[in-house]
Amino acid sequence: MATWYRNILFVATVTCSLALLTASLLKPEAFPEPPPYLGKGVAEAVEKVDTAFAAYWARNQVEASARAPVFLIARRLSLGLTGTIPSLEEIRALEAQTEEEAIDWWCSHLLADPRTSDYLAERFARALVGVENGPFLVYRRRRFVNWLSERLRANTPYDVLVRELITAEGTWTSSPEANFITVSIDQNAKTGPSESKLTGRLTRAFLGVRLDCVECHNDFLHDQWKQKDFHQLAAFFGPASSGMSGVRDEDQPYQYALKRGGDLEEIPAAVPFHPELLPEAGSLRERLAGWVTDPGNRAFARSAVNRIWALMFGRALASPVDEIPLEAPYPPGMEILADDFIQHGYDLHRLIRVIAATRAFQRDSIPGHGEGHVTPEQEQHWAAFGMHRLRPEQVAGSILQAASLETIDASAHIIRRIARAGEQNDFIKRFGDMGEDEFHDQGGSIPQRLMMMNGDLIEKRTRDDLVMNAATRLAVLTKNNETAIESAYLTVLSRRPVPEESAYFTAKLKDTRDKERKNILQDLFWALLNSTEFAWGH
Amino acid sequence: MDYACHTPDHTSRRTLLKAVGLSGISWLTPLAQLLARESEAQGRADPAKSVILLWLDGGPSQLDTFDPHPGTKIGGETRAIDTARKGVQLAEGLEKTAELMQDISLIRSVTSKEGDHERAAYNMKTGYRPNPSVVHPSMGAILCHQLTDSAVEVPRHVSILANNRAGRGGALGTRYDAFRIGDPASRIPDVTPQVNDARMQQRLEDLSVIDRQFARGRRPDLEQNRTLHQATIQRAIQMMHSDQLKAFDVNDAPASERKAYGNTAFGRGCLAALRLIETGVRCVEVTLGGFDTHVNNHEVHMEKKKILDSAFSALIKDLKARDILRSTIVLCGGEFGRTPKMNPAEGRDHWPHGFSVAIAGGTFVGGQVIGATDPEGVKKEPRDKVRVQDIHATVLNALGIDPETEYMTSAGRPILLSDGRLIKGLMPI
Repeated sequence: MATWYRNILFVATVTCSLALLTASLLKPEAFPEPPPYLGKGVAEAVEKVDTAFAAYWARNQVEASARAPVFLIARRLSLGLTGTIPSLEEIRALEAQTEEEAIDWWCSHLLADPRTSDYLAERFARALVGVENGPFLVYRRRRFVNWLSERLRANTPYDVLVRELITAEGTWTSSPEANFITVSIDQNAKTGPSESKLTGRLTRAFLGVRLDCVECHNDFLHDQWKQKDFHQLAAFFGPASSGMSGVRDEDQPYQYALKRGGDLEEIPAAVPFHPELLPEAGSLRERLAGWVTDPGNRAFARSAVNRIWALMFGRALASPVDEIPLEAPYPPGMEILADDFIQHGYDLHRLIRVIAATRAFQRDSIPGHGEGHVTPEQEQHWAAFGMHRLRPEQVAGSILQAASLETIDASAHIIRRIARAGEQNDFIKRFGDMGEDEFHDQGGSIPQRLMMMNGDLIEKRTRDDLVMNAATRLAVLTKNNETAIESAYLTVLSRRPVPEESAYFTAKLKDTRDKERKNILQDLFWALLNSTEFAWGH
Repeated sequence: MDYACHTPDHTSRRTLLKAVGLSGISWLTPLAQLLARESEAQGRADPAKSVILLWLDGGPSQLDTFDPHPGTKIGGETRAIDTARKGVQLAEGLEKTAELMQDISLIRSVTSKEGDHERAAYNMKTGYRPNPSVVHPSMGAILCHQLTDSAVEVPRHVSILANNRAGRGGALGTRYDAFRIGDPASRIPDVTPQVNDARMQQRLEDLSVIDRQFARGRRPDLEQNRTLHQATIQRAIQMMHSDQLKAFDVNDAPASERKAYGNTAFGRGCLAALRLIETGVRCVEVTLGGFDTHVNNHEVHMEKKKILDSAFSALIKDLKARDILRSTIVLCGGEFGRTPKMNPAEGRDHWPHGFSVAIAGGTFVGGQVIGATDPEGVKKEPRDKVRVQDIHATVLNALGIDPETEYMTSAGRPILLSDGRLIKGLMPI
């Protein structure tokens, strides 16, 4: 009698859990509602940008492609902001939104997600401190990135954040922002933070100016700047020193030999443009921070706009990302976005929302209506979304996400998170990090392709594994072949199969069962992961 | 069009292409058309063709390897030994290498301005100091970019036992990145298909359905000028089925040969390097780590030299025996040297102001010594200083590549392959 009960109970439990699991996979599920966005006037800003682009397209006689499908726009945002693709779970939730509100809802969803601040912090850190491990003990990159992530998640105004970096004091552990200064220390030379390295970073990262080209000599290619400009700016970092109590200012002027072979001379601090914006009060670094972030110093806003644009599009509005002219003409939209950024308190989240809502961002990467194909001119003028190669960490993040049906994020199960971090690092190490040279498009290499075709990560993520792998789970949980194929496409490519694809795979799956069916679905996942569509932003 | 660090047109009998017929992957663009490359580099009569870099990671002490100063204040416990070249001494522990000094030259006056491991390694491998606006290509990448090959199916730029500082393609493209492997005794990563040929063929057919859909409405030159996706897959398949992969497998080599290199991962790496060079690979980098001796400098160096001495000498001997030392340049060194002054922990710290690099093969004259460091360690500047970029210029020149050839970065900035000067003392008279 007792055995009977146990058997029935067991069967009932298994059936119930399977049913629940299936339901959770195939039906839209209640998703935590992101907080509503309270910023005002986003629509007006978007309209101004759209008008500028419409005029730009007309002037250059290019036709804008159609609007991209909502799932594709969401995929772009996920890749740009979180470094991974949307999960099937997220896609189902997005599907429940109305067409008009979907993208705004998606932005709110992503901006509230720690994956976004973590990923953006890492991307920003490349411009701020580079990718090197840096000086021993006195530089802690991880702490710096975590600090940056917290600031970005809290949506700290960008000017406040940058002032904190430039004026940072204290130790690399208790004041993580001080790592911005200590990373420049050359421990071999024992001269403390390097004024010239800091000046190079500062001008590129915050002003979009490559002043470091004239560090060593006047350069006929850059006749706008003189060597003196560089060193006068470097003089603001002269007092910055580093000791047992961390970074602090000391009474030491900046010295440099401007004449080749000449004597060291004391260089007075001066800014290379807009001298009227330089505050008179405060320490040298405080004055420098005030000048960089002054609303009148539009180069600061432009450089932020350009960087966020580049993260979202995979290509900077003005290329290269850290070299923007100080005088007009500017690319379409840049001045409007810079104005909006300044007027709304250097609100990075708002800037992301505005760009995400523009027509330029939402264009399809193919013409989208009727025949013909997209032209290089359309891509060049932002009239069609330009294809760009995904970065190694985006590829790794996407593979891991594609192998799971639920969202892998900070709230995901601990085992998945650990697995993800480890596997992602191994993969990136082998796949090759692109370093600081961001937004540089190149075809993939054969070792990279071999990793995608035969590598451990792909094998582990497509083989028979009911707990960890989407392919197996779909095979077991969905009896209907069309549904299984559709779910695979949505999971890996964030789109449904077109009829031809659907017909091809349905024919393959017809009358198959068990192992054979599982294998075909695993092959489908392998093919989706190895497709051009998966490896490129589009 | 310039393509990959690979052969353009050779197809092995065993490639999947033939095994499965052309049916399934006929959508792949014809290779020859894609990969047509024009010119072999213009060079002198018979320049060297390949480079082996024995990378001593961490910064080996010049005083305990190639530039001993025994009996001085800075010399430490290390004794010097005579070599086959009269008047040239090496540090003890390099006895086997010493016997070959007729074939090896030493540059004892290398200087750089980089004292940090990462930056200095970048400097040594590329010939340029790190610069935020461009990633310079490493020597191996330049070599693959400049010289084409017709019959090599495996990657022509290989890095064995590398840490994260393996040679990179940088501005020339990721396709010139080194192919990284670990200890050659173990399986080569990623080249073994996870499924059988028939199922791989099924997968490629599935892939063609998805890629065909994606190509709709896109630029017709997408594959040729942007993604190279199908061509890369085809090359990957060719490599997976290539007989040349055997060159990686040192377990194939006769036991006596393996023994000469020493039973170490580095030794096996050097043996693999020899086999790869024979196969036509352009650049192999083999890393021996652990030279960052801030503590116990002498002991650690004695240990490391045991490994290095067997492998380095066996490699030079075998290259010579097979008559390919003339066409192969071997470099041995690390990112910088170590301080003349010993620290309180019996260690030596970073020293980029005069350290050693050994160089052999190609048209270089053996048994030469370029430059000298101060035996008292007082003068910082060595005599006849050689800058890191000078080594690059000299090696490129010996490979028949004009160091002053320019390439363009993505931002449209022209950069010289090397801005160094030729080291006269190494040139054939």
